[in-house]
Amino acid sequence: MEALAACTVAVLVACGVYLLLRARTFSVVVGLSLLSYAVNLFLFFTGRLLASAPPLVGSGAEGASADPLPQALVLTAIVIGFAMTAFVLILALRARGELGNDHVDGKGGGR
Amino acid sequence: MTHWLMVPLVLPLVAAMVNLLLGGREIGRQRLVSLACASGLLVAAMVLLERAAGGGLTVYRLGNWPAPFGIVLVLDRLSGLLLTTTAVLALLSLLHAVNGDDARGHHFHVFFPIQLLGINGAFLTGDLFNLFVFFEVLLIASYCLSLHGGGAERVRASLRYVALNLIGSALFLLAVGALYGLTGTLNMADLGSKVAAAPVEQVALLRAGGLLLLVVFGLKAAILPLHPWLPPLYGSVLAPVAALFAVMTKVGVYAILRTVTLILPPQGAVGSAIAEVLPLLALLTLAAGGLGVLAAARLRTLIASLVVLSVGALLAGIGQFNAAGIAAALYYLPHTTLVAAGLFLLAEPITRQRGEVEDRFIPGPPLLQPTRLGLLFVLGAVAAAGLPPLSGFIGKLMLLRSVAPADGPWLWIVVLGASLLTLIALSRAGSRLFWGTAGTAGAAGTVGWRQLLPAALLLAASIGMTIAAAPISRYTEAAAHQLLAPQQYIDAVLGASATGGTP
Amino acid sequence: MPLLLLVLLPLVGSLLPALILRPVGRTAPALAAAVVTIAALLAAFPGLLAAFAGDPMAVYWPWLPQAGLDLALRMDGLAALFVLLILGIGLLVILYAQYYLAKEEDLGRFYSLFLLFMGAMLGVVLSDHLLQLVVFWELTSLSSFLLIGFNHQSREARGGAAMALTITGGGGLALLAGCLLLGQIAGTYRISALLHMGDLICAHALYVPTLLLILLGACTKSAQFPFHFWLPRAMAAPTPVSAYLHSATMVKAGVFLLARLFPVLSGTDLWFFAVGGAGLLTLLYGAYHALFQHDLKGLLAYSTISHLGLIVLLFGIDTPLAAVAGVFHLINHATFKASLFMAAGIIDHETGTRDMRLINGLWGYMPRTAALAMVAAAAMAGVPLLNGFLSKEMFFAETLHLSALGPARWLAPLAATLAGVFAVAYSARFIHDVFFNGQPRDLPKFPPHEPPRFMQLPVVILVGQCLLVGIFPGLTVAPFLALAAGDMLGAPLPDYSLAIWHGFNAPLAMSLVALVGGLGLYSARRWLFALHHHHWPAMDALALFQSSVERMVSAAGRLTHALENGSLQRATALLLLAAVAAVCWPLATATTALTGPLRLSPIDGLTLVGALLMMGAAVLAALWHRRRFTVLIALSVVGLMVVLAFVRFSAPDLALTQLAVEVVTILLLILALFFLPQHGRPESRPLRRGRDLLLALGMGGGAGMLTWSILTRPFAAISDFYLANSLPGGGGANVVNVILVDFRGFDTLGEITVLAVAALGIFALLDNLCLEAGTVEGLPRRYADERHTLVLSLLTRLLLPLALLVSIHLFLRGHNAPGGGFIAGLVTAVALILQSMASGIAWTRQQWRMRYQPLIAWGVLIASATGAGSWLFGRPFLTSAFGHFSLPLVGELELATAMLFDFGVYLAVVGVVMLILATLGNLNLRCAEARKGGEV
Repeated sequence: MEALAACTVAVLVACGVYLLLRARTFSVVVGLSLLSYAVNLFLFFTGRLLASAPPLVGSGAEGASADPLPQALVLTAIVIGFAMTAFVLILALRARGELGNDHVDGKGGGR
Repeated sequence: MTHWLMVPLVLPLVAAMVNLLLGGREIGRQRLVSLACASGLLVAAMVLLERAAGGGLTVYRLGNWPAPFGIVLVLDRLSGLLLTTTAVLALLSLLHAVNGDDARGHHFHVFFPIQLLGINGAFLTGDLFNLFVFFEVLLIASYCLSLHGGGAERVRASLRYVALNLIGSALFLLAVGALYGLTGTLNMADLGSKVAAAPVEQVALLRAGGLLLLVVFGLKAAILPLHPWLPPLYGSVLAPVAALFAVMTKVGVYAILRTVTLILPPQGAVGSAIAEVLPLLALLTLAAGGLGVLAAARLRTLIASLVVLSVGALLAGIGQFNAAGIAAALYYLPHTTLVAAGLFLLAEPITRQRGEVEDRFIPGPPLLQPTRLGLLFVLGAVAAAGLPPLSGFIGKLMLLRSVAPADGPWLWIVVLGASLLTLIALSRAGSRLFWGTAGTAGAAGTVGWRQLLPAALLLAASIGMTIAAAPISRYTEAAAHQLLAPQQYIDAVLGASATGGTP
Repeated sequence: MPLLLLVLLPLVGSLLPALILRPVGRTAPALAAAVVTIAALLAAFPGLLAAFAGDPMAVYWPWLPQAGLDLALRMDGLAALFVLLILGIGLLVILYAQYYLAKEEDLGRFYSLFLLFMGAMLGVVLSDHLLQLVVFWELTSLSSFLLIGFNHQSREARGGAAMALTITGGGGLALLAGCLLLGQIAGTYRISALLHMGDLICAHALYVPTLLLILLGACTKSAQFPFHFWLPRAMAAPTPVSAYLHSATMVKAGVFLLARLFPVLSGTDLWFFAVGGAGLLTLLYGAYHALFQHDLKGLLAYSTISHLGLIVLLFGIDTPLAAVAGVFHLINHATFKASLFMAAGIIDHETGTRDMRLINGLWGYMPRTAALAMVAAAAMAGVPLLNGFLSKEMFFAETLHLSALGPARWLAPLAATLAGVFAVAYSARFIHDVFFNGQPRDLPKFPPHEPPRFMQLPVVILVGQCLLVGIFPGLTVAPFLALAAGDMLGAPLPDYSLAIWHGFNAPLAMSLVALVGGLGLYSARRWLFALHHHHWPAMDALALFQSSVERMVSAAGRLTHALENGSLQRATALLLLAAVAAVCWPLATATTALTGPLRLSPIDGLTLVGALLMMGAAVLAALWHRRRFTVLIALSVVGLMVVLAFVRFSAPDLALTQLAVEVVTILLLILALFFLPQHGRPESRPLRRGRDLLLALGMGGGAGMLTWSILTRPFAAISDFYLANSLPGGGGANVVNVILVDFRGFDTLGEITVLAVAALGIFALLDNLCLEAGTVEGLPRRYADERHTLVLSLLTRLLLPLALLVSIHLFLRGHNAPGGGFIAGLVTAVALILQSMASGIAWTRQQWRMRYQPLIAWGVLIASATGAGSWLFGRPFLTSAFGHFSLPLVGELELATAMLFDFGVYLAVVGVVMLILATLGNLNLRCAEARKGGEV
């Protein structure tokens, strides 16, 4: 399972990075969201992999339960990531409005 | 126990939200609120500085949970110094902004305080993930401020800035995850002790995490080769925003300093990796900054390159990992921040009075107020070029003296070479802007002393720092010693003795 | 104390002229300057007496140990001599300038800068502290920059000033380094303490770099070859400035430094050859070129260079007697050169030109000036009965026995005589060309006549000195010379006589040779000039300097551009490269195994399929990144798989949150894509794609390796504390939620702040932006259109209350079961959006009239107020409290302050999401209308 997790993170990161290096704002946005998926998963995994043991206490069956802290961190990260994605997306719109195209450097070509 | 540590955080947050409630229509009242907030921050910073100067650390446990489980705020000499610098800078930039720049877009008086909240939080927090959160706060606010006023140039530069920093945030989370996954903690002090005690088979991974942190902070601080976002951005944003941004790179520098002294000290197997690369990066950044200053074709780009250069100088001091070097950097930090900000504010009237040639170094119409602008420019130039007798020279002297001539010729060569380039560039710039005039003066753009006051005060800060050099350098030296003895910090945070706000 | 006063008077007084100009009129600035100078002279008097009495006045205040900066002043004989020169000649120049400068010029600025420079110069000569000396040194560079550039309308002046500042300022930096080294060698920066440590310092390993750096400073300042070229260009300054800076003060600072540190650094071969060599070259070079200048001031400038070279050479010869001769010539040169500059200024002032090819036969028009100038020039040439003669005799005598040169010792006298020949020649030219040699040719001003008496007075005084010293050396200059030279050497003086007549000896012969040869040379000038201009390449130092600076600038530009060419892609690549290096370097150089000891957990098919789906979708998105709707779908698949992963590994809260966020994000992307081109086109060349691929693989591999090696390691986290204290301490069973609102509630406060600011930023961004819609038919059209499916809208209107109920449920249970304010808020928002989408723009318009900003503000305020509430109970920010209450009907109910905090979160989230989508919707609406307007 650990290997699978590692592979997933690796692939997501790689695809995200590749998209980040494209020349169009939309690809960059997609790349950023892929990257943040990957990073969230990674952060989540650092609490180690534990099936069917949600960190809910007091619910009768006390036992090994997943590490709640990374989950809380990831939740915060998801929210912040959402805010940032939305912002950069709208910024891309604005850039197209101001610069007349969707190239990351506002260079000509494309609309 | 003291709640003063919360003031730099709660005050701007509340002010921002009040301004949001006031809505776009009542710019007048919003200005009052923001100014009140900034003044309050200055008072709070003074109180905290006074407290920190005593030498003890103040630990504030949020939610009254013991460290390392809850989030703690920590005040030491370093954070006290930086809070004060930020407060002074903020008040003066704001004073400039209320001359009208703030009305050139929506919600300036919401973004501005939030920016301060983020910066102050970054300086105060003792928790790595909380540091991430505050970085995001100051970043999102800075995105909005950098776009304030609109225009193609700003949008282009901001897009670059935003994209790069979003990647930076992802890397930050990666680093935090790595460190947590290995040490199982987020509290910086706890991290420090855990890393020190880390088993040998973890060293490589911890190094990866630590270097990743260095990359993230280096992006914020604009270290070579992560600086390309800075000159175009600082060169295009509104003057008060650029002035405030002068402290943003220092947040990165602060984070690096905190990391290499508390979490990853160079003596440790993990920190040694950073200790190897940091001085080299510092020199490269210095050189790149010097070249950028010389190459600049516009005044604002020149000042932006001065900011890059100053980051190099700061890291060169920190990279010594000795008290003298860090003390020199800490004396140099407020100087360079305030002077760069003052120059940014001064660049605005110069740009306006030169009509369509703006601040480019080409013959243009003579300025309407050559004397007063020229005086301020000379003051700023002398301070920035590190010429005697102003604080820039003193800082340079401390930096040069912090390294023994035998083992540090490179630092001397680069620092002195960079100051020569700066000297050439600034004399050239002044001669082109004030002397090499062509045509007749334009009509518009005269500024009264009232509008010039913020710029004048920021530049005069250099004089102040020269007169008060002795006490300031005593403080920074004490701060350096405090940083080099992290055990005190760790004990204060983790020790059961310290509960609530008591040092 | 008088010493401090002496330095401070001009520095502080420099404010005076600039301030009092307007009210009092144009003589006021000069008057003020003169008063300040006289006051300084009086202040100097006690110091002078003390120096003569043999115990110099000194003050010392320690100031800044960290920077090694103290305030230390000391006025020994050498310093006293310079103080007299600086103040005395300064006073004369002030008087002279008053008549020289035109009415319309900014006299206030001139005299302020003048006093500033004077103060800096006094500081240099009085410093008893190396670093403090550097401080004043750089101040002289700076103020001279402003003085030379005084007439900044002329390109010449600007260029000359810039060149002077660059050369002398750069030299100052070298001097700074040298002084720091010297201080670190000796362990003190006090000059008076250094004076006795000569042997120790000369023996030190760092002696060579120290000496060379300090020499660099001295030679740039004193215009020694090859740093001489800035001086002739500095002649663009107003003549009073030249008369002051380039005869008596600024250029003498370098010479002073050599004299000051003579006991410390001299006595080695390096000193002899470096200092002596520089002096000799400069002596000859200057003398030669002075002859071929057509500009009056140009001639004087090169002769200054040559005479400075002479003094430096004398110091380089490194014998006590030579040092005495050097000091003596230093005094003489100051007097005659100052008077010559003033005379040149008078001529320029009266004739309107300085070109010696035009100015001839002025004897007929201004005999008094002519007489004075001729005497001064004769002194420059070293004619007997004038001061120049005496020091030059001593110089000749010194060159005669230079044992250090060994077999080549005949070289020195030869060179000295040659220089003497040229000196006589150019002095002769100065006299003959200007005052005789026929009639003036088309002068700009004609006829010239004598200047006002007071303009002449300074010249008279100086020339008088030349004569007096020349005839009665013993009565006039001897005591000062003895005092200065004695304190310079710090040793008993050798016996020497300043008599005019020493009998027939070699020096006298050399002088005669020089006189005769010089006159001969001058008479052969026609032929010589032709030769010179034919063979000597005509090069303009200023043009050369400026072009080289411009070349530096463009080179710097190219380098900078190579680093930051304004391309985001390159910046991103650099950042990622750094990240890859940061991750991969330590992992690659790891000495221990990266794989941890932990036993691996088994893989089940379902998870495998999910993971494969996720990876596949991601790869698809990367491959088809130009087909944007495909990318969108792929992205949403990845998102859903992430949700499932959260479910699979027991994180229900995350799953819920991710799901809600997913919906909103995809919605946003669709809306945005509506305004962006749906199809990109291939841009990057294969090479670029290869680079990107490498970076991608590196980063991915690094991250994967990190994950792997972390997951396979055992680990003890701080989390057990949360599991243990969540219920008793935080009053909630859902630990994640308790962490969010209590243990680490501060993070959440920051998080909603980020959300709020992002929404407001988007609002500000979209303000008055209208983009024409994207090109794809289908979805965008129908979305923007008024028409909408009745069924869906009715359905959503029914759904809305239900959704609200669900969200309230999620909110209330959040503290104990998966849910919480954030998720509840998102659900509410999504429900509202669905409805508005279904019901079309027109209907929604009314809904979206309302402003969401207040909602956000109140949300954040409530959250922070909850946090601050605990202050009332003397607890830190965000300290939670909870209790159980039983309400009628509802029954047992737990209320925690955390819940109030969470409510704030809820409000903020709803406000944020609604604001974002509403703004975007309105934008879409505006554009829809714009489009319609177009069609009509």
